[in-house]
Amino acid sequence: MEKFISLSSTAVPLPQENIDTDQIIPARFLKATSREGFGENLFRDWRYHKDGRLNEDFVLNDNRYAGEVLIAGHNFGCGSSREHAAWALSDYGFKVIVSSFFADIFKGNALNNGVLPVQVSPAFLDTLLNTVQKQPETKIEVNLEDQYIKVESSGDKAHFEIDSYKKTCLMNGYDDIDFLLSKRAEIKLFEKQQELARVSD
Amino acid sequence: MSKTLFDKVWDAHVVHTIENGPQILYIDKHLIHEVTSPQAFKELELREVPLFRPEQVVATADHNTPTKNQHLPIKDELSRKQLTQLSENCEKNGIQLYELGHKYNGIVHVMAPELGITQPGMSIVCGDSHTSTHGAFGTIAFGIGTSQVAQVFASQCLLLTKPKSMRISVNGKLRKGVLPKDVILYIISKIGTNAGTGYFCEYAGDVFENMSMEGRMTVCNMSIEMGARGGMIAPDQTTFDYVKGRKFAPKGDEWESKLEYWKSLTTDATAEFDKEYVFEADDIEPMITFGTNPGMGIKVSEYIPNRDDASFEKSLKYMDFEKGESLIHKPINYVFIGSCTNSRIEDFRVAAEFVKGKKKAENVIAWLVPGSKQVEQQIEAEGLKAIFTEAGFELRQPGCSACLAMNDDKIPAGEYCVSTSNRNFEGRQGQGSRTLLASPLLAAATAIEGKIVDITKHLN
Ligand code: SF4
Repeated sequence: MEKFISLSSTAVPLPQENIDTDQIIPARFLKATSREGFGENLFRDWRYHKDGRLNEDFVLNDNRYAGEVLIAGHNFGCGSSREHAAWALSDYGFKVIVSSFFADIFKGNALNNGVLPVQVSPAFLDTLLNTVQKQPETKIEVNLEDQYIKVESSGDKAHFEIDSYKKTCLMNGYDDIDFLLSKRAEIKLFEKQQELARVSD
Repeated sequence: MSKTLFDKVWDAHVVHTIENGPQILYIDKHLIHEVTSPQAFKELELREVPLFRPEQVVATADHNTPTKNQHLPIKDELSRKQLTQLSENCEKNGIQLYELGHKYNGIVHVMAPELGITQPGMSIVCGDSHTSTHGAFGTIAFGIGTSQVAQVFASQCLLLTKPKSMRISVNGKLRKGVLPKDVILYIISKIGTNAGTGYFCEYAGDVFENMSMEGRMTVCNMSIEMGARGGMIAPDQTTFDYVKGRKFAPKGDEWESKLEYWKSLTTDATAEFDKEYVFEADDIEPMITFGTNPGMGIKVSEYIPNRDDASFEKSLKYMDFEKGESLIHKPINYVFIGSCTNSRIEDFRVAAEFVKGKKKAENVIAWLVPGSKQVEQQIEAEGLKAIFTEAGFELRQPGCSACLAMNDDKIPAGEYCVSTSNRNFEGRQGQGSRTLLASPLLAAATAIEGKIVDITKHLN
């Protein structure tokens, strides 16, 4: 996994609430057996009309907006556990998703793919959305080490929370498998104890 | 210290706790299917790590399988490839697979409980959010992403932060025509789609105590739709009776010792929850959803509420409904009875009882998709198939089908479908399709009438 320490980028505003993973990547695109290439179909049914024409009204097709930060409405990533949603966002080029609330499974999936979910207060989310919508060239700074997100032009800044274990993983590019593999002996011991407990019942 | 049911099961599975960090949780059973496993197998291959405990993994094909002519080769090339890859991966790694056509094949959350793979007090995961279904047995069961599937392959464990606990109690007696599906749709309509985020939920009170195992599975299935990672119901005599004698259920002395343990899995009287909700059974009526998330539900006799927010309006626009409108008499052309929420035998019994001797409305296409081969057989054995066929319903072969429309079972754009599944997201049942979630009873009645009816009036 790629390391994440901090970034400064323009952002894409998507104020819709309850964006579910079926919208992020519709089920009909889940037939692939590798992780690559999902970015093409990110938000597919919002990006394109049914007849395949580009939907000019959708923000990803609005050339005023671009960048590695997606700013989305409350309860982002609800619904299906499909990790394809995190792959699609990452493959498209997003490294940070900002919202006032994330669904559990999505949050975990994002972190496991080096995409940082940044949860801010509803008020700060509004500030971010307003600023970016008015001035698309605004840069947003996201600093994982010091756990803050900042609007560079105005200096508006907010702290965000992250599990210290996950933070270390992201900053070093480690993932959970490495850690779990290093604990196999302990896991085997646990299994033995369970077995013994059963026999002595 | 007093503990909740959740605490008891969770704590029994903790292998290691990282200071100020997550815990390593041991996983008893890992269920897999064709859509969320291939990349995990690849990951392991890439790292040259063998599967740690293949005998604790069980596989089925369900998401992407056709529900017609399952004996023929699959037409869609990508779907075929996914299924072939699942077979190859299982073969290579020594995993038991109940592939398409196998007598135990079915939707993962239907076939595992049916075979007695799901047992009280276990920890169960699957790369599918509705794994919460298995919580009906007093099991910690939850959906995981593909990276986590790879983690469990590699270590039979996951790194997790213990969720907070909440309890939802529903007391009293349910009214006639009110099914478990209505209970859970009612709860989600009251508390919203993210009330459970960060929590594991226990369902308690008379209503759940008096519910069948299949009803409990319907309820726990939809825990994720209120954001909760999982839902649980304390195991009791109903649970033990259900598990006993199933293929993989413990037998003899092992059964006795397990039973004793299972009986201890109740929340202690003095245990505390981080959050509690209490509802009255008498307040629940048959429910239906009108919007694009499962929290947008009303009693079928109610009117669509008036709310001024952009997301709400966008949702109504997608559904082509108005604020303040009633759904009664809305013409409906598609009815789907199936999915891991409502595709067990009791669901088809309820539907058949209503349908018996009637004919479906001409405008309606009604698909019945059993959750497993065993359910399919039971439908036939109990004579329900004849009732449905005479009524003009189409009984198909098992699979996820129109619940997520990955195969050919799609609802056309713009059409309404009264569906017993669990998600009414935009395009969930096919691009542009519009889903109204309801119980199998209301779905059956819709098929007969060709429109939405106030089922309570119908029954009385
Ligand atoms: S029936 Fe639907 S919700 Fe259930 S496992 Fe299949 S796709 Fe998921």
